[in-house]
Amino acid sequence: MDELITMTAADLSAAMAAGEVSAAEVTTAHLDRIAAVDDRVKAFLHVAGDDALAQAREVDARRKAGEPLGPLAGVPVAVKDLFTTVGMPTTCGSKILQGWRPPYESTITRRLRDAGAVLIGKTNMDEFAMGSSTENSGFGPSHNPWDLDKVPGGSSGGSSAAVAAYEAPLALGTDTGGSIRQPAAVCGVVGTKPTYGGSSRYGVVAFASSLDTPGPLGRTVLDAALLHEVMSGHDPMDSTSINAPVPPVVEAARHADVAGLRIGVVSEFSGDGYQPGVMTRFTEAVDLLEALGAKVTEISCPHFKYALPAYYLIAPSEASSNLARFDGMRYGLRTGTGSAEEVMALTRAAGFGAEVKRRIILGTYALSSGYYDAYYGKAQQVRTLIIRDFDAAFSQVDVLISPVTPTTAFPLGERVDDPMAMYLADLCTIPTDLAGNAAISVPCGLADEDGLPAGLQVMAPPLADDRLYRVAAAVEAALEQRWGHPLLAEAKGLAR
Amino acid sequence: MPITRDEVAHLARLSRLALSDEELDHLAPQLGQIIEAVAQVQEVAADGIPPTSHATGLTNVFREDEPAPCLTPEEALSGAPAVEMQRFKVPRILVEE
Repeated sequence: MDELITMTAADLSAAMAAGEVSAAEVTTAHLDRIAAVDDRVKAFLHVAGDDALAQAREVDARRKAGEPLGPLAGVPVAVKDLFTTVGMPTTCGSKILQGWRPPYESTITRRLRDAGAVLIGKTNMDEFAMGSSTENSGFGPSHNPWDLDKVPGGSSGGSSAAVAAYEAPLALGTDTGGSIRQPAAVCGVVGTKPTYGGSSRYGVVAFASSLDTPGPLGRTVLDAALLHEVMSGHDPMDSTSINAPVPPVVEAARHADVAGLRIGVVSEFSGDGYQPGVMTRFTEAVDLLEALGAKVTEISCPHFKYALPAYYLIAPSEASSNLARFDGMRYGLRTGTGSAEEVMALTRAAGFGAEVKRRIILGTYALSSGYYDAYYGKAQQVRTLIIRDFDAAFSQVDVLISPVTPTTAFPLGERVDDPMAMYLADLCTIPTDLAGNAAISVPCGLADEDGLPAGLQVMAPPLADDRLYRVAAAVEAALEQRWGHPLLAEAKGLAR
Repeated sequence: MPITRDEVAHLARLSRLALSDEELDHLAPQLGQIIEAVAQVQEVAADGIPPTSHATGLTNVFREDEPAPCLTPEEALSGAPAVEMQRFKVPRILVEE
């Protein structure tokens, strides 16, 4: 394997700054890797190819001209295919947007381009970010680089697979119910859901607007922090964007120290449905944090068990409204003949997949007069109670921890026609989305049963995203010292 | 069963989804199962608890109303399935009696 593709973004950045390697060479190495493995991983829906190389050469020219460049200059970044990108298609994993070329750029990809990052391609995802496996993509699933017969998680599964397969050192995802953290966990990489409003939604195709949060994925905690910092910050184009300084995440990732930190273990996230090997690695991570000097206590969050049902009312309700825009009139697919209403219904039936249809109907049901108070209204009250659970917990501890997802990567096909089983993958991640605070997934080892990665989730209060990186960096450093190598070095799915 | 096939068909019409009979047969029991699960929210004692629609607490964010560059007509129409005279061309909306 080419050494350039296994390097971290931080190391690549330093090597390019020192003139040891050019951005064009770095991009070429990653494009070669994509050409070599992506027919098996299927992480990408679009590879930027010559355009990525042109971006890289421009960075090299800027560097040669003596321009001051940031830490992501020349670093390839894979972009989940729901960020609008000028010059690249944006499909959201849906046939209804097949071939669509957006006329405007998302704020986050604009910031990355300005920082000199090389947008190397667009990654696969569950259609409109609805799913936990990428199997709901209209263009076929991605495959887990640990075991190609397993799911890479979702909805940002193309992004997690691309990073785990060394196709890109960094990737962008979005998290609405766990869509960054769960794929990161099952692919053995790092993924962060920032504080809601900390990263702009402008140009991020909407699924559930009160929950959707763009965030970074990387192979190391520091790399994720570098991307987190560049992509974040107030955006006047997103009225829900928070006008506050970006938490010092990079600094925190460089200060892996949990001595004296108060850590709460969420007592609700264990028991039935949790894979023993996942719980063993989690319990060991708890012991490790204690050994590193953290003060660990158990904390009960009694309403977290209602987070999943509340989420499956709130998210589909918002989706049923947001996805009304895909009507075949102004962009995207148009099919059928007859009146405008008939064409809309035929277009939406042909363009949307089964899960999107399920959620549109579920949301329409939950918002119907007569059911509204019993379902949507009640779910909004549960949301308040979950926020209060977090507030109470964070009055006693600095961060909360739990497993990221109850199991390791499951086999492709296993849950695809069993929606409730699929939804359980997000059991531990959803409370953070509902409350709008921040959380990270960091690898904590391999489950004994199947040798697949398990993730540790760290949750912090809103705008305390830096605490996530402090804890995750400490866990990462201690575990890599114990293992003698990064966890991903054990991934053998592409070696066969 | 908390939801019937006819109800699902009605919701599909409201949602502008022309579902096939097979899809309706498949979706109705699945939605029934999901609705049974999400109905758990009704167990929660929530009298007097205010609803949360979003978590930031922001309300009515305003900016100055200043002219700024925007999409050209060509850009705005670039993804349109059909265009005529610099406008979106759509199927007829009113049906003759």
